Amino acid sequence: MSRLRAARHRPGRRQGLPPLLTLGAAVVTLVVLLPLVFLVVQALQVGWAELRQLLFRHLTAVLVWNTVTLVVVVTALCIVVGTLAAWFVERTDVPGRRMLAVLLVIPLGIPDFVVSFGWRAVFPSIGGFWAAVLVMTLAVYPLVFLPVAASLRAADPVQEEVARSLGLGRVRTFLTVTVGQARVAIFGGAILVGLVVLAEFGAFEILGYQTLTTEIYNEFQVGFNEPAACALSLILVLLGALLLGGEDLVRGHGRTSRVGAGTSRPMRPVALGRARPLALGGVGALVVLALGVPVGAIVYLLVQGGNTTLPPASLAIATANTFAYAAAAGVVATLAALPIALLSVRFPRRRVLGMERVNLVVLAVPGLVIALSLTYLTEHFLQGRFYQTSPLLVLAYAIMFFPLAVVSVRAAVARAPVGLEEVGASLGVSRRSVLWRVTLPLVGPGLVAAFALVFLETATELTATLVLHPTDVQTLATQFWAYQENASYSQAAPYAGVMVLIAAVPGYVLGRWFDRQPERATAIGRATAPVQTVPVPA
Amino acid sequence: MQVSRGRSGVGMRPLVGAALSCALGAVLLAGCAQGAGSDPNALVVYSGQHVQTTEALVAAFERATGINVSLRSDDEDVLADQIVTEGSRSPADVFYTENSPPLQYLASKGLLAPVEPSTLANTPPRFNSPDGEWVGVSARVSVMVYNTNLLKPDQLPTSAMQLADPEWSGRIALAGSETDFQPIVTSIAHTHGRDAALRWLEAVKANAASHTYPDNETVTDRVNRGQVALGLINQYYWYRERAQVGAGGTHSAIAFFAPRDVGYVMNVSGAGILKSSPHRSEAQRFLAFLTSAAGQEIIAHSDSFEYPVASGVTTAQPLTPFDQLQPNGITIAELGTGAEAIKLLQEAQLL
Repeated sequence: MSRLRAARHRPGRRQGLPPLLTLGAAVVTLVVLLPLVFLVVQALQVGWAELRQLLFRHLTAVLVWNTVTLVVVVTALCIVVGTLAAWFVERTDVPGRRMLAVLLVIPLGIPDFVVSFGWRAVFPSIGGFWAAVLVMTLAVYPLVFLPVAASLRAADPVQEEVARSLGLGRVRTFLTVTVGQARVAIFGGAILVGLVVLAEFGAFEILGYQTLTTEIYNEFQVGFNEPAACALSLILVLLGALLLGGEDLVRGHGRTSRVGAGTSRPMRPVALGRARPLALGGVGALVVLALGVPVGAIVYLLVQGGNTTLPPASLAIATANTFAYAAAAGVVATLAALPIALLSVRFPRRRVLGMERVNLVVLAVPGLVIALSLTYLTEHFLQGRFYQTSPLLVLAYAIMFFPLAVVSVRAAVARAPVGLEEVGASLGVSRRSVLWRVTLPLVGPGLVAAFALVFLETATELTATLVLHPTDVQTLATQFWAYQENASYSQAAPYAGVMVLIAAVPGYVLGRWFDRQPERATAIGRATAPVQTVPVPA
Repeated sequence: MQVSRGRSGVGMRPLVGAALSCALGAVLLAGCAQGAGSDPNALVVYSGQHVQTTEALVAAFERATGINVSLRSDDEDVLADQIVTEGSRSPADVFYTENSPPLQYLASKGLLAPVEPSTLANTPPRFNSPDGEWVGVSARVSVMVYNTNLLKPDQLPTSAMQLADPEWSGRIALAGSETDFQPIVTSIAHTHGRDAALRWLEAVKANAASHTYPDNETVTDRVNRGQVALGLINQYYWYRERAQVGAGGTHSAIAFFAPRDVGYVMNVSGAGILKSSPHRSEAQRFLAFLTSAAGQEIIAHSDSFEYPVASGVTTAQPLTPFDQLQPNGITIAELGTGAEAIKLLQEAQLL
């Protein structure tokens, strides 16, 4: 409930924004939006006539249709699957709830191209729209599950009990009260799902499903046609912006939290009775499909063995490199998110919130576009310095996954109301001690979560890595790709396996963290919703 | 102002310090990322060629000359695009491709330096850049791969043009975004004209329907599994598939179109030197090595299953000897940068 108090204080209401913080946030935003500048510059180079020819053709309509239907269906399914799974785990007496809660999060850490690789290994002929829906849903539903589960934990179960006692059926209680309580978290997760699906490439490439993003790759790579690729990317950005705007409208402006932790007591789980095995079967099936199939396929390929014509590579070095990059990107993105998060929580003005939201759009920009934009910019403005060096690669990762960091850091900062710091200061504690004894304990875990999310995504990133990695430096993803490209699947498998292991650790940490601190994830859900920061009615 | 800064800034200053030291640590951590032999003066080779063979060639070259090589592997079209974006400051010294169009594309942008005449002389002139801007290293040829349970050799088409016939509906596989496919399109447009090529592409695309795959490895694999009867690939894909699944798992074979058919295209893999390269003399030595007998022997005995074309080296690995191949006569200049093929592929919505 700290965010309510933070909002009530609204310290910056009638004052100017703190200049240093504002400058920091503005600089970060500019850097994050650099790829968009590149897109516009490139698209404008060809002129309007050719641009129109490139954009207004039948293929564009097909691609937009393919992409939009996929985003809609996957997002809808993720909402249903994620919310139901969260309800079962949080509100019912389904057996093994604690373990299920962790297992349900881990798929988030499995790279999407490994998921589709796994499905392809099991069902070689899988492909097309429904395969894309299946694979993406199983890969990203945790983005809904995580915040919803946590928000259910934080919400007052008494509301549901009251509804039941007033004669509302179980289903209607779920649909009105439960879903109502989790609404903000659901939409917050759904928006991330939509943006991630927009930018996805690897999975659809393997599954042979054509979206705007796969076409952008084709135009860049096969077509040598940067203007066309950039024009299509702008459509993608537009769709991302529409998604963000649409969510604003749909989410509504109501307040879903309660004031004060007051009457909270241990929740009495809904007794499922005879439906219990059925519920366990359902959630269990989800775990098997989302986690079992890819992991099983990897293990099968490992055991099965097979020849490759490729030379051996070092798994240990690739693992160390991946670890170093992921950790560095996690730190940079998390720190870069601090100024924007601080501003938007403590000075929730319209333009501050606008700036925060604009940053989220970058999640819809494909990795290759970000990589090529940095190539272009270092070439044109830095005389090629930093190009294909580790710092630039880390910057690329930090830009790509910045939205995930912003969302988490904001949630963390919201937990440390300025008032608590003032109390500390007024009690004569030094600034440094306030930082260590008040601010960090409150904010720290959220920063770790932001770090873990970015770490997770970076460890599995492929397309930007291929363009920007220092020559000679291989990561797990690039080695996996090299083997997979050559259909040397059993040699690709160990790299996929280590990626899953590396990703499972932060996945587990995230799961545990939200497990203990439900309101954190609620805040994550809210963090994509600027209006929620001024929630107190008069 | 003062108050505002004070309020929001409680504890901020040490935080900034902590943040900066964290960031520094992170960058140092990233700096630890290491490769095999990171030598800033190494010869940088951007390669779209098979990793297997390229690494063997590089290792032999390093042993022979003591020159360190940094190898960067990716799809040849990605690398070509990357080099153009990198412009005059490209880190690449050498560009080694699977097909001639990406090299011709860089040549058309004026990015390639002339290759030494003695190196060009290693390779028959018809496999070299028309203007001496890159040298041919190996050759590959387009073939059909067919599932031996689903098709008998006498049921196979004799011309690529027949693949557009309705009888092949649902029975052929296609990887339209593969660079290996473009020379066939160029060849058809060259012989039958642009409109005929477009009609052919549209019909073939319709026949392939759901068997449109991202790459030729997948095409070969699906044909071998019997999910589709016939595919259009280069010869080495099938040899590599066979090397991986073994003779027992091979349920497919390759076949040629009729001699000199439009679909029977020979492509040349070559290497060029970037004008921007500060290591031109080392780069010249690398190209000389690729086309030397020593380099060509490596190609001949590698898992690339390509045809060496220089210094008189031959191979028994692809089953049909090089001198018995009867491809059509389309030249490297006629294959060009592939721009026309790309336009056609886009119009047919295969790209």
